[in-house]
Amino acid sequence: MKLDAKIPEGPLAEKWTKHKFNLKLVNPANKRKYDIIVVGTGLAGASAAASLAELGYNVKAFTFHDSPRRAHSIAAQGGINAAKNYQNDGDSVYRLFYDTVKGGDYRAREGNVYRLAEVSVNIIDQCVAQGVPFAREYGGLLANRSFGGAQVSRTFYARGQTGQQLLLGAYSAMSRQVANGKIKLYTRTEMLDLVMVDGRARGIITRNLITGQIEKHSGHAVLLCTGGYGNVFYLSTNAMGCNVTAAWRAHKKGAFFGNPCFTQIHPTCIPVSGEYQSKLTLMSESLRNDGRVWVPKKAGDTRKPEDIPEAERDYFLERRYPSFGNLVPRDVASRNAKYVCDEGRGVGNTKMAVYLDFADAIKRDSEKVISAKYGNLFDMYEKITGENPYKTPMRIYPAVHYTMGGLWVDYNLMTTIPGCYALGEANFSDHGANRLGASALMQGLADGYFVIPYTIGDYLATLPAAKVDTTHAAFTEAEKAVIDSIKRLLSINGTKTVDQFHKELGKIMWDYCGMSRHAEGLKGAKAKIRALKEEFWQNVKVLGVNEELNQTLEKASRVADFIELGELMVEDALQRNESCGGHFREEFQTEDGEAKRDDANYAYVAAWEYKGYNQPEELHKEDLIFENVKLTQRSYK
Amino acid sequence: MKLTLKIWRQKHANDKGKLVDYNVDINPEMSFLEMLDDLNEKLAERGEEPIAFDHDCREGICGTCNLYINGRPHGPIRTTTCQLHMRHFHEGESIVIEPWRARSFPVVKDLIVDRSAFDRIVQAGGYISVNTGSAPDANEIPIPKQIADEAFNSAACIACGACVAACKNASAMLFVGAQISKFALVPQGKAEKKIRAEKMVAQMDAEGFGACTNTGACSAECPVEISMTNIARLNREYIGAKLTSDNV
Amino acid sequence: MSWITQTLTSTIGRKLVMALTGLFLVSFLFVHLSGNFLIFRADGGRAFNEYSQFMSSAGIVRVLEIIMVLGFAIHIYTSFVLTRRNQKARPQGYAFSQPSANSSWFSRNMGLSGSLVLIFLLLHLRTFWYTYKFGDIPTVTYEGTEYKDMAYLVKTVFQQEWWLSIFYVIIMVLLSFHLMHGFGSAFQTLGIRHKKYTPLIEKIGIAIAILVPAGFAAFPIYFLLTR
Repeated sequence: MKLDAKIPEGPLAEKWTKHKFNLKLVNPANKRKYDIIVVGTGLAGASAAASLAELGYNVKAFTFHDSPRRAHSIAAQGGINAAKNYQNDGDSVYRLFYDTVKGGDYRAREGNVYRLAEVSVNIIDQCVAQGVPFAREYGGLLANRSFGGAQVSRTFYARGQTGQQLLLGAYSAMSRQVANGKIKLYTRTEMLDLVMVDGRARGIITRNLITGQIEKHSGHAVLLCTGGYGNVFYLSTNAMGCNVTAAWRAHKKGAFFGNPCFTQIHPTCIPVSGEYQSKLTLMSESLRNDGRVWVPKKAGDTRKPEDIPEAERDYFLERRYPSFGNLVPRDVASRNAKYVCDEGRGVGNTKMAVYLDFADAIKRDSEKVISAKYGNLFDMYEKITGENPYKTPMRIYPAVHYTMGGLWVDYNLMTTIPGCYALGEANFSDHGANRLGASALMQGLADGYFVIPYTIGDYLATLPAAKVDTTHAAFTEAEKAVIDSIKRLLSINGTKTVDQFHKELGKIMWDYCGMSRHAEGLKGAKAKIRALKEEFWQNVKVLGVNEELNQTLEKASRVADFIELGELMVEDALQRNESCGGHFREEFQTEDGEAKRDDANYAYVAAWEYKGYNQPEELHKEDLIFENVKLTQRSYK
Repeated sequence: MKLTLKIWRQKHANDKGKLVDYNVDINPEMSFLEMLDDLNEKLAERGEEPIAFDHDCREGICGTCNLYINGRPHGPIRTTTCQLHMRHFHEGESIVIEPWRARSFPVVKDLIVDRSAFDRIVQAGGYISVNTGSAPDANEIPIPKQIADEAFNSAACIACGACVAACKNASAMLFVGAQISKFALVPQGKAEKKIRAEKMVAQMDAEGFGACTNTGACSAECPVEISMTNIARLNREYIGAKLTSDNV
Repeated sequence: MSWITQTLTSTIGRKLVMALTGLFLVSFLFVHLSGNFLIFRADGGRAFNEYSQFMSSAGIVRVLEIIMVLGFAIHIYTSFVLTRRNQKARPQGYAFSQPSANSSWFSRNMGLSGSLVLIFLLLHLRTFWYTYKFGDIPTVTYEGTEYKDMAYLVKTVFQQEWWLSIFYVIIMVLLSFHLMHGFGSAFQTLGIRHKKYTPLIEKIGIAIAILVPAGFAAFPIYFLLTR
């Protein structure tokens, strides 16, 4: 199969406008004849569901949460970028486009990213009209702040809760359509399979998480807005429920998976404190503006940080990157923290942490100034760790935060399955190998509010309005497969709990396919995951029955998919013989230890095709063509 | 650290349910939910059914976790259940863990309740009617910083339901007050403010929540510190709407 | 349902009714209390008896009396409706609850303090109002007009039935609790809440909650002490 990204011809700035004109339209009176299934109600899902319902389509929206407002978009802290240039500091659509392509280490499509930058301005307008309480200046106009990877102030924010406020905006728009009867909302309902009729996505199979009922839902198109798969690492900053299941089941039905190995590791997280740890908490990157990162020079130094004299401390970021110092990008900061811990110089009980020290900043600016800047973060840190960061340095360690990879989609956000779309973090599209801060919210909302409402019409216009009944053989078959797989999970009755498998998988992924990877390790990881998969299906212990609320069963089916995904991620990391963005292969680095891209051979999207259980997946390459930006090596020395 | 947990177990909505004792020995550095994870792992190993409880982001923002711990929503300190750590308890303590109790929040299983009543209240009018694409420039209507900040304070509600759980009348007025306030305060929300107040209050009443007696328990237990001002504003908005709107 | 009944039977509408009648009843307490103080005038109870006569015969007072009785009736009826609704809102209670951690005793026990005040009210009406109207009490004559000697009745009741006096004092403590929460709460329900004025309203509420019941309690205490 030949991948066609369907990027419109013509100059970059005109692609989207031209494309919108060329897209086929569905007559307003006909829209009500089409049913659209939206899976997931985060930023992408809620905005898409609301916008499509406003256009007149019938939307069925699904979430495994008890309410659409619980989706993990709600936890995004920092902000949302938009090329408004309200600050008069030289921002433009082109600059946002350029920064995003560069920040993604030149592994994203120019066309997609330009469109993202273009619609970013509309997003802010839309959100403000919905009543989103963005931060404002005293004069009443919107405030901006600057964020990593950019030299202009273009980030709009609502304190440290921007994701929450944007999601509540989309949720309210969606709620309005629920009241209008244009959206039928299914809560505590999880998608477990995609139904294909005549090679097109025509419905989904779901499980009602309260009754266990397996249900069939038919529609003319299916939108997967199901977020990222960071929980494949077990510990991540993702919510406990985040999973790859919907995307993975679509993948198994023919949707290619793009760049699965591109994951983002965030450097400033509260470190793991013990085996029992369930989740990692992110603290804003802004802390690195004033905090100094260090470890003891000597390995195995167990003295308290206060007792270690200045001369015996290694401010390793400042030492290695004199010009950027503690403000190097996320991937560089993360990797260096890993190296010093690998050398045995980590701190804290687990030795898997580095210090982030504010003593100098407090001495320089006073405790009051520091508290005004970071008070809430310091409080959060103290709440979780019980330590006072004004008195003793914080301990931080990198954690998995975002997955740039996802279902491969074309310019219209359609996967390789006709009628099946992927939006937001669930797709691979706009961030390349590394996502810049404040860009995830922008992409989720761009896809949902301003891209899919146009592009879906182009597909539906060619599709007869006749509905496929859920009594169709394809539905019965998919339903049976889902029931069988649940039965299988419940019948194994082994000795190891689901969490134990998940933790083991997470450890393999973190050790070999995390911040730093090498061929040897990846090969070993592949075998380990294979073995884990075998063991899982023989020895997992899932208690209870299907016909009840059964959280263990839910988790088991998600972990089963994570294991398969883990295998693919390793495969992908192994084939990409270069270092770029979040993907760092130790064999491919410059003399001074920096990531070394190979643009001649690897400027492509790796799109993987499922070939059957335990069969190697087939790699398809979509070449990335850069007509507007010049590819350069990043340097932060 | 040894503790006795008295946890509400209820197989399904129609089961009678009861408190069951569990003795645990845990690491005091754990979070409250990690302690329950740990207990669940042990139960699973023993072949007993794990305790069902709601949780998701575990960073205090999604509002999913909701346990009534030792007689208070989210436990002894003002935070969400997921941000509560075991160092706030002491050796040998006995901890009672119950679900939120309210007619409008029926128990689904064990510690999980159904809070969809909140969604239905929002559906009744918790929005500004603006179709995608029809918005004017974001800076067209200035909003004084103070007003924007106040709206944010109301919008910070995470809909966990601690207010209902804490209230002796199981009243939802703090939640509804926050939803109404965040729109009533900003110019964009003014056009629909009357119909919004009327419809949301009608839905709140239809859901069967109790009436406010201004004890302030809701606000005192609210993990995101939604203030009682929101209830005063709700009253004002509702009474004003009823007196002056055209809706007979 | 017309919009008026719809409004008044909503939870907020009923709270509004509670607040308005409550504040109205507070105003009655003031009138009642200021009249009562006439008994302390050193004129052998003449002013007090004249006042009592006026209060039980003047036309305007009769109208106000009906409004007041209605005020009481509506306040009490609405409280019953709300209490029932509130109880139904939580059919199954908590096995263990610590309400004192988040709210004051006064605020949570308005029903209790209110009910006791109501019982008191009935007893109070029986003791004074009923006796005055229909009972057999001595009379005095001032400047050719005969007056029932209410001052004498009050004095003898409080002095002879000491347990009743003590009951009066106890109930005044409960009335104080009721006002302590009720006054400020009424303003909150009316939506009157402002950074500048709410602290003042709360202080006035506390002052009223202390001074008014203390004023009422002064009578039984005074007569007990002067027995």
